[in-house]
Amino acid sequence: MQGNTACAEGALAAGCRFFAGYPITPSTEVAEHMAVKLPKTKGVFIQMEDEIASIAAVIGASWTGARAMTATSGPGFSLMMENIGYAAMTETPCVIVNIQRGGPSTGQPTLGAQGDMLQCRFGSHGDYSIIALSPASVQEMFELTVKAFNLSERYRVPTFLMGDEIIGHMRERLTIPDSVEVIGRKKLDPGTMPFKAGGDDIPGFPVFGEGYGVHVTGLTHDERGYPATTNPKAHEKLVMRLVRKVESARKEIADYRVTSPDAEQVFVSYGAPTRTVHQVLHDRPKEEIGHLQLRVVWPFPEFALSEFPEAKSFLVPEMNLGQMAREMERHTDVPVIPIPKLGGELHTPDELVRALEGSR
Amino acid sequence: MSFRDWYRIDRLPTIYCVGCGNGTVINCTLHAVDTLGWKWEETVFVSGIGCSSRAPGYIKTDSLHTTHGRALAFATGIKLARPDLHVVVFTGDGDLAAIGGNHFIHSCRRNVDMTVICMNNWIYGMTGGQGSPTTPRGAITTTTPYGSGEGVFDLSALAVVAGANHVARWTSYHVKELTRAIQTGLETPGFSLIEVLTQCPTAYGRRNKLRDVAETVEYLKDHAILLQKYNRLVQEGKPVPEDMFTVGEFIRRNRPAMGVPP
Repeated sequence: MQGNTACAEGALAAGCRFFAGYPITPSTEVAEHMAVKLPKTKGVFIQMEDEIASIAAVIGASWTGARAMTATSGPGFSLMMENIGYAAMTETPCVIVNIQRGGPSTGQPTLGAQGDMLQCRFGSHGDYSIIALSPASVQEMFELTVKAFNLSERYRVPTFLMGDEIIGHMRERLTIPDSVEVIGRKKLDPGTMPFKAGGDDIPGFPVFGEGYGVHVTGLTHDERGYPATTNPKAHEKLVMRLVRKVESARKEIADYRVTSPDAEQVFVSYGAPTRTVHQVLHDRPKEEIGHLQLRVVWPFPEFALSEFPEAKSFLVPEMNLGQMAREMERHTDVPVIPIPKLGGELHTPDELVRALEGSR
Repeated sequence: MSFRDWYRIDRLPTIYCVGCGNGTVINCTLHAVDTLGWKWEETVFVSGIGCSSRAPGYIKTDSLHTTHGRALAFATGIKLARPDLHVVVFTGDGDLAAIGGNHFIHSCRRNVDMTVICMNNWIYGMTGGQGSPTTPRGAITTTTPYGSGEGVFDLSALAVVAGANHVARWTSYHVKELTRAIQTGLETPGFSLIEVLTQCPTAYGRRNKLRDVAETVEYLKDHAILLQKYNRLVQEGKPVPEDMFTVGEFIRRNRPAMGVPP
């Protein structure tokens, strides 16, 4: 099965029943598969007039309690930024799939890239936090889509599946389990203020149409949900909670794979370059080469780096100019060596081996 | 219930200026939903950004105050996911016709079952009086200090050709007609646009010789011409003053619609 189709299957398995999208290469197969499947399961598929409207419709559907998703790529992702900020501010669960292609601008529609890793974290204006996952296989396209829904519902935060053209269009064997773990959003206790959170910083969700009479706004709001735009304390309190509810749960959210923790040279990868790292490890069985594969990229699990106490260098192959390597540098004194690759082709094993040998 | 029971009392008074027409439009809307016996638990008000879009904040139903121009796209998601809910959108001329113009025509085309009430005051009020797509030619705004040189959108005509099932225009003077038109809109399956020409003394009036609210409402009354009368004049080859605008029901039809409850 193709990666994009596996993503759609993962969404369906996770209980997604609303999809709004706009055609864009190389993500369109996700929408096409949802267009076939959703109407057969009493779900809703709608092609909107642009990506701004797509994410808006997804957020609207989410307030009725539906698990909702959209899928896009670079240019469409840029258009979505406005309402991604709205989803963060209003704590609306939603899943945004970005099958990344070469940018900036229209760039390389048919070739893979990882150039949107910082955009997904910081792309909308203001301070907020999000969750982002990065699949490296067709199986992970399925599994991490399921996981994206669960994290989004649990933390009430827009959650990104940051794929790329290579994994999205790759065909591999996919095993679909009979059932998957589905975590629903916690409902608001009647009589509780709608944006008042308990110890976990996550308020209960007041589903539209169930008599809560809730007011939802992208303006700075108090715990009642009412605008409090000129109240400095209300703003600070709200934004700090939006960030804290995700950042303080970094360990709980983290998902990574560790290979050879005693190694001195450690590859750190996510998404498609993980494939090349696997090849290098396979080709050189006698060498001790470490590998950290990040399946959750944001919030960045800096503690995962200390799984390699002997590390003398972290080698980071990315299909961008070192976006996550930059984040890693903030968290470690061990040299971080970016291995950037632009152009749409995956790193070759030789390229990684050269970087490995150069770092010794 | 009375229309008063639909208000979120703890949010009053509103942020609207003295003499603003928006309160009249909200009252008419709540009269209409109340007359129809709708339940507030089953009704959702949605809006974008601007003075008009603050309205849902004063109504005790579930309400979604969204981003500038995007209300109809959010409302589409709500209505398609829960067709059994009533969805009503408050918007303004800047929100609906400028930044939201694309969502506007496509929502009409899809004919999604919702009622959209546009408070058209020819100006961006919230940001202090900039020209909008409905600012009359020659009008003074902060961004057209020498008089607007742009053409204007006829929002109702646009909605008709884009495919809406029901379109009507009234003014803040015509409260009875407006309330009835909103009620018809709420009852009509598919997309309904109720355009309300309404006064903004603060941002528009004081720059355009419409400072006095009572005079402005008189102006709206005197310059409104019933669609039927307008058509008769045209048919008879008689002249229609250029500064008149038509009011009434422009269309009521039953094209296939989306999101209609089963």
